[in-house]
Amino acid sequence: MTTTAAPLDVTALRADFPILSRTVRDGKRLVYLDSGATSQRPTQVLDAEKAFLEQHNAAVHRGAHQLAEEATDAYEGARQRIADFVGADFGELVFTKNATEGFNLVAYAMGNAATSGPEAARFVLNPGDEIVVTEMEHHANLVPWQQVAQRTGAVLKWFKLNPDGRLDLSDVDSVITPRTKVVAFTHQSNVTGVINPVSVLVAAAQKVGAITVLDACQSVPHGPVDFHALGVDFASFSGHKMLGPSGIGVLYGRRELLEALPPFITGGSMIELVKMEGSTFAPPPQRFEAGSPMTSQAVGLGAAVDYLSVVGMERIHAHEHALTVAALEGLGSIPGVRLIGPQDAVDRGGAVPFEIEGVHPHDAGQVLDSLGIAVRVGHHCAWPLHRCLNAQSSVRATFYLYNTLDEVDALVDGVREAQKFFGVA
Amino acid sequence: MQLQQMYQEIILDHYKNPHGRGLRDPYDAESFQVNPTCGDEVTLRVHVVDDVVQDVSYDGQGCSISQASTSVLTDLVVGKPVGEAFKKMDAFVELMQGRGQVEPDEDVLEDGIAFAGVAKYPARVKCALLGWMAFKDAVARSQGAA
Repeated sequence: MTTTAAPLDVTALRADFPILSRTVRDGKRLVYLDSGATSQRPTQVLDAEKAFLEQHNAAVHRGAHQLAEEATDAYEGARQRIADFVGADFGELVFTKNATEGFNLVAYAMGNAATSGPEAARFVLNPGDEIVVTEMEHHANLVPWQQVAQRTGAVLKWFKLNPDGRLDLSDVDSVITPRTKVVAFTHQSNVTGVINPVSVLVAAAQKVGAITVLDACQSVPHGPVDFHALGVDFASFSGHKMLGPSGIGVLYGRRELLEALPPFITGGSMIELVKMEGSTFAPPPQRFEAGSPMTSQAVGLGAAVDYLSVVGMERIHAHEHALTVAALEGLGSIPGVRLIGPQDAVDRGGAVPFEIEGVHPHDAGQVLDSLGIAVRVGHHCAWPLHRCLNAQSSVRATFYLYNTLDEVDALVDGVREAQKFFGVA
Repeated sequence: MQLQQMYQEIILDHYKNPHGRGLRDPYDAESFQVNPTCGDEVTLRVHVVDDVVQDVSYDGQGCSISQASTSVLTDLVVGKPVGEAFKKMDAFVELMQGRGQVEPDEDVLEDGIAFAGVAKYPARVKCALLGWMAFKDAVARSQGAA
């Protein structure tokens, strides 16, 4: 992705994020490099949530009063703006609790297909059918597929990683076969930032009639994403990684598929007709939004995509790319530091995982924290990926629109400090 | 500096020169424990004769806190009756879960008192207890098998 747009005015942007001006650990300036786990929220998002709660709060899709009407408008209006933001139609977005629920929704609904009507036949998983994932998946897009395979007798297969941390797609047709029913993969690795070639996997899946499920948690917040253009069948992403609230995620499903997909969670709000003997279900997206939904969170996420749209996703991507290049160069030049995954910034988002020889990631994170630098340590819910890349765990820095080159320098200095503290410099 | 409060010299010494490390025979029971948030793991064996802890041996990968606390554990419990070892374990657990408010007894915990600073960091408490949980589990298994 290249852009000729003007660079971000990060100083001005940072003023929108109150938390970035606080200090931590006895007066240290906060250097927040953990947006891949959760991002911070600008005043515009916080204000939108507050304004909704102060002026329009009511249960949506029920109630005969003005507040209920306004709340419903705010909720559905947010859905429309989020749909526009990711290249989807209004009815193709389902609000979930988080991205993990989105993957479970698809996996469980497919598991329910065998006992649903004939329209759900294409989702049925039979013993011997194949579900394809990758070794770089976040556990959220792996464990639900292991589980549905176990319940249905389907077989789990996966694309392996090359030593550089990118997918080994040398023999796509031996992994995706006529028996493949699902191909679930991440758009952008939450550990290494590797951006996968969606078109290659979608084409292979379509050739055999398999359903594609995209983990878009790390792509939607950080660059332009258009689900229709990508051609995926389902995609899931979360609000709190894109300047929005926690407690809300979004599942995208191609209209034709959502219409045929059986429900996952059932109860109020998702029904058409209920009798004691049985029930029929509402059309999507309501079919997949059982019970009272989150409301201020949806409104907040709507405000977040407004904010991101004004800044411009191309510019955000370019900004993070520059930070990633600087981090790879700075960290890569320290003796004793091993960059995990690709050594370059090609087809990669703003995530840089690494190990420091002689300093366990948890200890490195502690030293960085004492300097005010917030990073993630551990396996970042991607244990198989770490095993593939011979890392027990890693330190991960992730970048967003509000991070600066100064903060990358602080990280590099902090890593040197950790080496010094543990006597391995 | 806060960092030194947490990483006492004693902890760093145990980390760099761990006591009792390596898996040994004979043993009565073994326990494998993992900290799922960071992937740290320990395999720990106990050898108990006449209700006395004859040997604790272990192997694993983990941060300085988990490795050092397992090293301290071996110092504290080897040669002690199981009941006394468990009393030390209870004291260590109480210290670690005390959010920095518990005054440790050096007579009971010896080098273990160095972990008082770790107790102020809730995210690291699990690290400090990893080896101890393995010890508790292994002893229970050895008694179950006996």
